[in-house]
Amino acid sequence: MSALHISISAETIAHVGPLAVSNSIFTSLVVSVLLVILALTVHAKLKAKGKPSRFQAMMEMIIESLYNLTLDITGSRQKTALFFPLIATFFLFILFNNWFGLLPGVGAIGFREIKEGVSEFVPYMRAGTADLNTTIALALVSVVVTQYFGLSALGLSYLKKYFNFSNPMNAFVGILEFILELAKVMSFGFRLFGNVFAGEVLLAVMTFLVPVIIPMPFYGLELFVGVIQALVFAMLSLVFFNLATVGHGGEEH
Amino acid sequence: MDEGLKAIAVGLAMGLGAIGPGIGIGMIAGHAMEAIGRNPEATSKIQTNMILGMAFAEAVAIYALVVALIIKFV
Repeated sequence: MSALHISISAETIAHVGPLAVSNSIFTSLVVSVLLVILALTVHAKLKAKGKPSRFQAMMEMIIESLYNLTLDITGSRQKTALFFPLIATFFLFILFNNWFGLLPGVGAIGFREIKEGVSEFVPYMRAGTADLNTTIALALVSVVVTQYFGLSALGLSYLKKYFNFSNPMNAFVGILEFILELAKVMSFGFRLFGNVFAGEVLLAVMTFLVPVIIPMPFYGLELFVGVIQALVFAMLSLVFFNLATVGHGGEEH
Repeated sequence: MDEGLKAIAVGLAMGLGAIGPGIGIGMIAGHAMEAIGRNPEATSKIQTNMILGMAFAEAVAIYALVVALIIKFV
């Protein structure tokens, strides 16, 4: 392994007090700041009257299509108003993080560090979602919020899903449901991490083999995968939110 | 010696792990195309559900990938 630089975990680039700041945290922060600035700009330029600017029309189109997607799945305006902010945040944050990793310079600009006598390359930036910590954190947020929505919609009867001692079969199913929630965290986290990291490895290997022309279609592929994975994460979260707020009674045949 | 065995293990893990999801995704896409052919008006709905189903099938391949990566790098 000479010039090919692939690291499965994020590297530390700085220390803030006792806290190690890794390059993926740094990139996530940059993306978050960019998103906040974008939101504030859109808000400042909003016009209620007259012809909206092209910029406003584009932003409205993005938000509207996300809203309609949410409405299609939940089927009620009330639930949509409840779920939409989080779902849209998931989508936009993951999408921008995925795409940020494709920018030239991200993962290429860095410094050399002597680690255990070997000089190692450490990039300043790394796509936030190409770090397992970020994706597992997002997955945990999604699963915990699912429980919250379930509890707030169904009250304590939501817990019957996990603790149901009406007969031994239901008690066992409760345990399975509990394991399912843990598996959800794993599958959410690993799916996103695997896709984005695999994309980075693919691009690195292709660029390593043939530096010109050949990697270009793969960049197109990665742009597409970025959208699909952001959509999949948001949609699956939405479906699980929706399932949690619908009573479990209908499932007994 | 150890590196060679590792390389074989990585290749096998990814290659064997990709068979199932490959068949699954192919079937999902095939049936979705069939459904769109029968009812073109429902294209957008079928597409969304197709992509969701594919994500589930693909997750299995991703597990294989993660195992392969762990064997390779850890």
